[in-house]
Order: sequence, then C-alpha cells, then structure tokens
Amino acid sequence: MAERDEESSAVCADVSISAEGISKQFGKVQALDNINLIVDPGTVFALLGPNGSGKTTLVRILTTLLRPDSGNAHIAGYDVIHEAQLVRSVIGLAGQYPAVEDVLTGKENLEMIGQLYHLGKEKAKARASELLEKFGLSDAASRRVKTYSGGMRRRLDLAATLVASPSILFLDEPTTGLDPRSRLGLWEVIAAQAKECNTVFLTTQYLEEADRLANKIAIMDKGKIIREGTNQELKDCCGGDTLIKVSIADRSEISKASDALTQLGGENLHSYPDVGEITLPAAGGTSLLPEVVRRLDAAKIEIAELALKPPTLDDVFLAITGHPAEGTADLKEGSSNKT
Amino acid sequence: MSFSFNMSNAISDIGVMTRRNMLRYIRLPQLLVFNALLNVVLLLLFNYVFGGAINTGGIAYIQYFLPGFMVQTVVFGSTQTSVGLAEDLSKGMIDRFRSLPISRPAFLTGRVIADAARYAILIVLMIAVGSIMGFRFENGVLPALAGVVLIIFFGIALTWVGVFIGISVRDVETAQVAGFVWVFPLVFASSLYVPIETMPGWLQVFAQINPVTPMVDTMRALALGGSVSASLWKTLVWDGVIILAFLPLALRRYRLIGQ
Repeated sequence: MAERDEESSAVCADVSISAEGISKQFGKVQALDNINLIVDPGTVFALLGPNGSGKTTLVRILTTLLRPDSGNAHIAGYDVIHEAQLVRSVIGLAGQYPAVEDVLTGKENLEMIGQLYHLGKEKAKARASELLEKFGLSDAASRRVKTYSGGMRRRLDLAATLVASPSILFLDEPTTGLDPRSRLGLWEVIAAQAKECNTVFLTTQYLEEADRLANKIAIMDKGKIIREGTNQELKDCCGGDTLIKVSIADRSEISKASDALTQLGGENLHSYPDVGEITLPAAGGTSLLPEVVRRLDAAKIEIAELALKPPTLDDVFLAITGHPAEGTADLKEGSSNKT
Repeated sequence: MSFSFNMSNAISDIGVMTRRNMLRYIRLPQLLVFNALLNVVLLLLFNYVFGGAINTGGIAYIQYFLPGFMVQTVVFGSTQTSVGLAEDLSKGMIDRFRSLPISRPAFLTGRVIADAARYAILIVLMIAVGSIMGFRFENGVLPALAGVVLIIFFGIALTWVGVFIGISVRDVETAQVAGFVWVFPLVFASSLYVPIETMPGWLQVFAQINPVTPMVDTMRALALGGSVSASLWKTLVWDGVIILAFLPLALRRYRLIGQ
C-alpha cells in the first residue's frame, strides 16, 4: 500500500480536470450548455443536480464516451477528443449502474479488468485480491456476482474502476438505488479513496452526499452550472446547516403563514405551496422554534408538523433559482431503481 | 505504460474479450442448450412435415435439406449476437469497456470469435442429429470439412451484421425482432428448403441474388458431390462484401455509441 501511495502522490501534483465551453445537444434538447469548470488535483468535486440536468452527459464527455458538439476538456492534461486513449489510461469510471459481469465471480471480474489494463496475469490476480480485501468482498470473491446484493455490486464496480490505480476517478451517482446502510458504507469507501490523493469527480442528487464527500460542489440545472462553491457557501445561500421546516394543516393559508414568519426567515424563507411547507434558517438552533409556533398561533394557523432538518438539493435549488428542482431525489428517494 | 498501438496488447485484449463471451455460454448453458433444441425441433419438423411434399428430384429430402439447414443455423445464430450486444449496451458493460484503454475493435471482435465457436458446436450437433435421421456425406470427409469451415466463415460475416444491429437498436427486445426482419426472407427465399425453380419468377430473381443461395448450393455440392465452382466464388464474394460493408459500420457505430 505504501508503495501505491507514493505512486499516486507523484501523479497527483499535475492532475486535474478542466472543461472549456462544452455544449451537447440531443435532437432538440440542449443537454449541456457551455459548461466550464476546473477541478483541482487531490480534491473531491461533486456535481449536484436533479434527474435530467445533464450530469451523466458531462461525465460521459469527460470520460471519452461521448463527443461534445463544441468545446473541449482536458483530463490530467490530455485532450478528451484527440488523446482519448491516454485519457482512458489515467481515469476510472463507475457508471450509473454497476457494470459487472453476472456469470463471473467477483475475483474473475477484477482479473478481467486487470488483464484489459495489461497488468499481466500475476499482477492482475494480486491486484484483484488486494481490492476484494479492501472492499470487504474477500468472502464473496469466488462467488458469482449474480448472488451479490446491490451494495456488494456497487463495491465491486467501484473496485473495478480502481484496478489500474487511476489518478482521476469518475463516479456517476454512486449510491443511487442503495439502502441507507449500504450508502453509508459506500461513502466511507469513497472518502477513503479520496484521501489517497486521487481526484474524484462525482455526480449526485443528494446534497447530503455531496456535503459529506466533496470539497467543492457545482449545482447543475437544465444543462448549465448555476452555482459553484464550497459546501458551506452553498448551504449558506439557503440558510445554513439546519433549516426549520413547518408544514401547515391547510395549504390555502400558505401565504398568510409565510407573512407571519417573514421576519424570522428574511430572504431565506421559502414556501412550497404545493405541499404546504415553509422552510427558514434555524439561526439559533432550536431557540427559534417556540417563536415560530407563537407567531403561527397568533395568526391562527394550524401546524401539522414542525421539524429541524439539514438542507436538501430542493432547498438549495429553490434558494438559487426560485423554483424547486424538477424530479429531485426527495421525490424519488423511496422508489427503487431500475437496473 | 505506452498506449500507442501495440499488436500483442491488441491480441491479448481480443483474447480476454473472447474468453468473457465463451464463459457466458459455458456458465449460462441454458442459452446454448435452448438454441440447440430449437434447431433440432425445426430440423425434425421441416424434415418430417414438409419433407415428403417437396420434390427434390429423386434424392431423399434430408440429403437435400440438411446442408442448407447447417447454413440456417448460423443465419439464425447471428441474430442472437444482436440480442447479446443490446444487453451489454443496456447494462452499461459497453460503457465500461469503452472507458478502458483497450484496443478499440477488441470488444466486438471477441464477441464475433466466441460466436464462431458457437456456430461450430451447433453445426456439429446438426450433423449428428441429421445422421440419425439418415443423412450421409457422400463426397468424403475433406469436402465436408471445407463446407463446414465455409459456413462458419459465412456466419462470421453475418455476425458483423448482427453486431451492427445490436449496438444500433439499444434495447434487447427490439434487437430480437430486428434480427428476424432480415433473416427470414434470406432463409426462406433461397435454395435452402426448396428448389428455387418452383418459385414465381420475381422471387427467383431475389433467391438468385440472395447470399444464402450460393452458400447452400456450395455446401450441398461439397456434401453430396457435384460442381462447386459457380456457387463457391459467389459465396466468397458475398462474404467479402458483407464484411467490408458491416465491419466498418459496426466499428463506427461502436465509436459513436450514445451520440
């Protein structure tokens, strides 16, 4: 392991991702509209956005799978269009669904990838065992992947992307469709990977995930990056680390309720008329809660639910764009993923 | 590590990809088994249901029909290539392989080589079942062997058509139907089941041009005796034309997946 760390830190120094004016159109849909971004070496960058905002299209372009209509990108200094094969030699990509072979065992899957990187048979074997160990899959190593759980498949898929110790890792919605426990497990793995000095570029629909893993977050909407910043900057723009969420009993009273609370929330008070909810920053922790109750009570508005919660993609979206994200994670969280 | 074109790397990549596809046949034997069963059932049905009603000029129908049936096995077999690739595409396997620094044609070539092995197995099985039904090679072992090799080569050419369709349609069910659209006319409007002189004139024209006809005629001549020269060169030209057209199309399509 020590040897590997040295290797990656050597590469680390001049590694980065840069996108210069990337646009891509599918039929009439503008999937990407003039995307510019820079990812510093050794950092974790999260691209946060709802379904259909263009995240996967951007990942596919950065990983040489798709050509942009205009613009270009460089990965570790290599041009994704003209030096695609060199780009492929320094990246690892875990797509939106685990791409592992059902009829092969976990070990065979990793060995196959190792052989495709021309590591040589022995080295491919050794690397496979090493990664299976690291991802807690040693016990299942000689079982066919068909028998793996969703979380195990994701881990194996992630292991497969690391076979050749890439200096830049792309993870497209790495935890979509996982149960909360597997998600936590995977976050730990990704965080550990990031510590080994790899640059990680991940996409997600969950603000919590981006916040947990990334140093820098860009928010994407309809093919554009609408805001970029550190985690704190993004959370601050919708009211900080904790929000108060009020659900009122009668949705038609939403504007009345919002008037009653406007002094407390200021410009970071947001109302969702569709669901009868209002969010505002919990500036002083729980101390604001009694005041919220008092004011709504004075206005004779019945409260259905009152809670403190961390901000979600929806909250950030609303704060930035003034409209909720279309088809966001919150709505989809419960629904299982098609695989 | 250098990633400029490297012959031994390219061969190694093709080897790994071929092995991957072979392992799928070995570990999911039901796929190959049902494929084989279907062919056996068709062989029995056509021979015993239609065989008696078709006038093949004095020779037993199984003698007339089995050489053609071997050809049909590979023609139908190539539609399965489309299905397998459409599945790889929809499951994200193709994206994974395309994101690796491997030789570009390796993934598709590995698939085609594994399919050629599948055809060999099916043809041997058809010969075995045919023998039980009374089929005999009348022209010696070497011509028979040459015929089998020619059919596998014909299968490889058609497999590139199957590859192109599989990575163009992108979902498994469409791949299945799309395969049958082009395969049925090729198989039936040819000399495979019946002498083409019995067809209406306009259909005879198609049957004469149809690449399946010279392939079947060649195999028939190699199996039963008779002149192959006329049909052999037509078959080889067809093989060349199909590969020259569809191999580049398939590689191009592979490069542009998702555009």
